[in-house]
Amino acid sequence: MGEVVWARAVLMLIRKGVDCGLTTAVTLASVIALVPLFSILLYVTYKGLGTVLTGGLSIFTELPPPPMVEGGGLGPAIVGTLIVVSIGAAISIPIGIMSAIYLSEFSAGEPIAYWIRFFTNVLAGVPSIIAGVFSFGLIVLTTKTFSAVAGGAALSVLMVPVITLATEEALRLVPQDMRQAAYGLGSTSLQTVTKVVLPTALPTIVTGITLAIARAAGETAPLIFTALFSQFYLPFDTEGPGALFNQPIASLSVLIYNFALVPFENQQKMAWAASLVLLGMVLISSIIARTATRRNM
Amino acid sequence: MTAYSMDNSLGGEADVILTSHVKGFYYGPFLALRNIEMKIFKNRITAFIGPSGCGKSTLLRCFNRMNDFVKGARLEGQILFNGRNIFDASVDAVTLRRQIGMVFQKPNPFAKTIYENIAYGPRINGYKGDMDELVEQSLRRAALWDEVKDKLKKPGTSLSGGQQQRLCIARAIAVQPEVVLMDEPCSALDPISTRRIEDLMQELRDLYTIVIVTHNMQQASRVSDMTAFFNVEMREGSRTGELVEYAPTTTIFQSPQKEATQAYVGGRFG
Ligand SMILES: Nc1ncnc2c1ncn2[C@@H]1O[C@H](COP(=O)(O)OP(=O)(O)O)[C@@H](O)[C@H]1O
Ligand SMILES: [Mg+2]
Repeated sequence: MGEVVWARAVLMLIRKGVDCGLTTAVTLASVIALVPLFSILLYVTYKGLGTVLTGGLSIFTELPPPPMVEGGGLGPAIVGTLIVVSIGAAISIPIGIMSAIYLSEFSAGEPIAYWIRFFTNVLAGVPSIIAGVFSFGLIVLTTKTFSAVAGGAALSVLMVPVITLATEEALRLVPQDMRQAAYGLGSTSLQTVTKVVLPTALPTIVTGITLAIARAAGETAPLIFTALFSQFYLPFDTEGPGALFNQPIASLSVLIYNFALVPFENQQKMAWAASLVLLGMVLISSIIARTATRRNM
Repeated sequence: MTAYSMDNSLGGEADVILTSHVKGFYYGPFLALRNIEMKIFKNRITAFIGPSGCGKSTLLRCFNRMNDFVKGARLEGQILFNGRNIFDASVDAVTLRRQIGMVFQKPNPFAKTIYENIAYGPRINGYKGDMDELVEQSLRRAALWDEVKDKLKKPGTSLSGGQQQRLCIARAIAVQPEVVLMDEPCSALDPISTRRIEDLMQELRDLYTIVIVTHNMQQASRVSDMTAFFNVEMREGSRTGELVEYAPTTTIFQSPQKEATQAYVGGRFG
């Protein structure tokens, strides 16, 4: 009798030990997964913060410095990144959301849905430089100039599959019951999708879009031969909106790429400052997107 | 409209609002219902009872054409709503569903605030009146107003299950339908919430026609005026739902004419 009790106690101990060990292991794994993020954050802050602080506001407004000249800033690159990413978003968000709506709400049993999903997955795996080549061939060669629009188009090729797949997933998470309730109240399918299903899925969709934007904002390869680079702001004052179509445009990622490879210390410092700013923009936008949509529901 | 006399507990005469002449209802090749001849009376509560799989939900969902969304579903025959066949080409299913509302088995509030849950239906219907007033009226009718009047901006999903189901009832009656179809509306609720919804149905009877599917026979006998008993019959190797007996609730429960009904309400099967 006593032996049985004893054996049970040992078993309990082993079970607890295994339990404890597993818990420690998964906790450790998730900490390890966070190490790269925090080391990047810390290192980029360490290398870039000094330049940003000494430069102050002018970092955000001034033109990039020529070699061996102190001062200067990231103005055109920041504005350029915002413009090119906005163009990419303006193209990809409607396409991505609409194809996701088609896939999730209207394509039941249609063989074409299978192929759309298949090619969207293929597109999601396309190397980013191929997206650049595509836009180069389609837009740069036909307009005979690098431009913000060519850069935005290249980025949209990368963003569409991310947005489509994330949105479709988000729509699928909306319970079928809710669609039934909407139809039961006399909704048309358009009303059901736009007034019930989309708003319900919105927080998840916004997260997906933010991810796509964050990825696009950091891309360099698709911009190198579509948007190229520029030392200056786009001349909207003389050219109007045409400036988006007829000349190269700066961006943070290409500035980092250019300045990181030069032997001039001031430009290298500016590359670190640009990395910090880019990282900050991506982080802040995802935090805003998340909190803004969470408040809703 | 023709008046039919009914010798039920309410006495008096009642108008017919829905008439089923369903010859057959198919899910693809599967015959789910056959020969359903029945009249639903206006401002009465009609209960559908019967073993599960006998087609109660199927018939209920024919009344507001929710089966239109089921691929391969097909109906032979007619259903008349206020004398007009709802499957006529001239009848718009969307408009029909505004007149014949539905409350589902599982409470399914929208991921919107309590207020917006109610306002949704009237809004898509182009309601022009005072929305605050309509929301309050609907919530009062659903006996939910006192519990939620201070948190109309809270999400509908923050309510308890019983409150959510009353919210869904309020949402359904906010579009001012003539008929409210309820498919086992209490099956996911505790006994107290169930009782509240049963009381609520009694109060709504004067304003709406209610058809309720329930597998709870006590519930049917407590709330309904008319009861329809459905059963599954083997026809040509297929399990098909049929209407066995349809009569005032007191008749069904006290002196059923058919043996199957007697066995079912006596608790001997199902
Ligand atoms: N969407 C559907 N597709 C195919 N068969 C269905 C579908 N819905 C119900 N059925 C079948 O139709 C029969 C009746 O179902 P239902 O109307 O849900 O019965 P009840 O509500 O009485 O339990 C059942 O055999 C069921 O399996
Ligand atoms: Mg059912």
